[in-house]
Amino acid sequence: MSLAQKPKVPGAAARAPWADPDAKPFIRIRNVTKKFGDFVAVNNVSLDIYRSELFCLLGGSGSGKSTLLRMLAGFEQPTSGAIEIEGQDMAGAPPYDRPVNMMFQSYALFPHMSVADNVAYGLKQDGVPRAERDERVAEMLRMVKLEPYGKRRPHQLSGGQRQRVALARALAKRPKLLLLDEPLGALDKKLREETQFELVGIQEKLGTTFIVVTHDQEEAMTLATRIGVMNQGQITQVGEPREIYEYPRSRFVANFIGDVNMFEGRILVDGVDHAVIDSEEAGARIRIGYAVPGREGDPIAVAVRPEKILMGRERPAETENVLSGVVEDISYLGGLSHYRIRLPSGKRVRITQTNRDRHEDPITWEEPVFLSWETPSGVALSS
Amino acid sequence: MRSGSFLLIAASLGFLFLYAPIVSLVVYSFNDSRLVTVWGGFTTKWYGELFKDVALVNAALVSLKVAVIAATLATILGTIAGFVLSRFGRFKGRLLFTGMVTAPLVMPEVITGLSLLLLFVGLEQATGWPAGRSATTIIIAHTTFCLAYVAVVVQSRLAGFDRSLEEAAMDLGARPLKVFFSVTLPIIAPALISGWLLAFTLSLDDAVIASFVSGPGSTTLPVEILSRVRRGVSPVINALATLIIVVVAVGFLIASLLMIRAERQRRRDEQKALAGK
Repeated sequence: MSLAQKPKVPGAAARAPWADPDAKPFIRIRNVTKKFGDFVAVNNVSLDIYRSELFCLLGGSGSGKSTLLRMLAGFEQPTSGAIEIEGQDMAGAPPYDRPVNMMFQSYALFPHMSVADNVAYGLKQDGVPRAERDERVAEMLRMVKLEPYGKRRPHQLSGGQRQRVALARALAKRPKLLLLDEPLGALDKKLREETQFELVGIQEKLGTTFIVVTHDQEEAMTLATRIGVMNQGQITQVGEPREIYEYPRSRFVANFIGDVNMFEGRILVDGVDHAVIDSEEAGARIRIGYAVPGREGDPIAVAVRPEKILMGRERPAETENVLSGVVEDISYLGGLSHYRIRLPSGKRVRITQTNRDRHEDPITWEEPVFLSWETPSGVALSS
Repeated sequence: MRSGSFLLIAASLGFLFLYAPIVSLVVYSFNDSRLVTVWGGFTTKWYGELFKDVALVNAALVSLKVAVIAATLATILGTIAGFVLSRFGRFKGRLLFTGMVTAPLVMPEVITGLSLLLLFVGLEQATGWPAGRSATTIIIAHTTFCLAYVAVVVQSRLAGFDRSLEEAAMDLGARPLKVFFSVTLPIIAPALISGWLLAFTLSLDDAVIASFVSGPGSTTLPVEILSRVRRGVSPVINALATLIIVVVAVGFLIASLLMIRAERQRRRDEQKALAGK
């Protein structure tokens, strides 16, 4: 089906380069495939990334995201397809001839060198004169707040400090593109949250294009200007975090990013600007606010996020998007409550509500309730 | 019997078994009698005579020269072999190559020595080189069998090597050769040093292979000692052995102390890092 039928992101930043058809991409990945023997790690991926983006490649293990990153760094060569950086074809260019630096998941700090020597390593390879080198190293250490640690060896640092040395080393040569392989993966939760903001701050300050590989969807949502979701070697969807969350284009993306309720059904009416889907699972007719791909009678799924569903004791006036069920489980988290509702079909629906009021008479276990949502909240998924 | 006293007795017997011969050797090196088995009072004259024994001193010098050169060559070649074994993944004939590299570890020395002798003789007849048996032939022979030990040591060190270190260096602009000398080599240096020391010791020790491939004027110390002992044990040999023991013990002590100090330093550093200072 054509793109015109796909939901548009309301108010998508008009100035964003990816929304501007005339903008020139900084990195072009065109039909890149990488095979290891019979195994296809990356399958015909095409992707444009723009200058100063913080692009997240998000996917589970074995999704091909790391292989794609390694091809950008030059550690692997594509089996077919081309990678262009600033209009230059990178085919055959070894890692040491690319305007690209990488921060490794294991940090890969040289254990036999001091922190300062680690940061200076890349500059030394470029023959940067000593005085300038020292200055740049000092500047980098200042940036990652490790000034007093220049003489230490990597094993004398904590995990968070090592992570920052790795970042400083990768940025010391002022690369046009920085690749980060699970940059926060080895840090504990609290440190990870702090570091996320530091990383974004540094990226915004330097304006360097970042490509981050991660399996953590929350990390991707926090960091990214855009996210590319990868599954089985393919990019299943590219978009801004909000777009990916609100308008997933496939069951995989809807399930992978955040919580979702998925109702399987069949197309009953396929209009010009709306569609009606009959779902036995939901025990209701579901209205979608746009034309869906496929013909009447075709199987289709509707995804609704838990926080978009309203719950009440009274039956709403609408005839569509209304479900009835029984409260099976409640977890009260203070600010939020999670509910699990059992529908007559046996399907469980998850609902999240903010606890705005101090209800004197809150909905409780085994109480019959009605669920509803506004038509724009539902997303139809055919793939 | 209580297990505590049993362990004590077992340990004492074990140590007695290990060290009684060495202690008696050291004691008899100070024996003022030509007869090895008769105590004739204390003297240090054998040590003086030892340094006047030109043949023995020469043999020691040959041994040292052979050991240093052979260990160095074996370390270079063994490192290359170890690299191939750990880095080239699965190539055709890998198993055969592995087997061939490590075979000298289990090959009886007599066979290694004999086969090398036949090779050298054959080569000399065919090409005129090597002209007779000399220090050169011993060096070649020792390099051959020490190489296997170095290869195994280097290979096991490389097995635990984080490849992303090399990738990081390359990513930062270093070409492969530069990566090897600035990152890989310094990190595996301890394995190379222990490989070299192992090769050095093995070469210094070897009497069997050397006796096949050594010629007149190029006798190594173990070969010389062996041939003299056949004519009766001289107290000079005892003195020589004592000196060797002292050198080895002191070397071992220094190496251990250095290692303990490095380990302590490392632990202190790590604690400092954990304290977040």
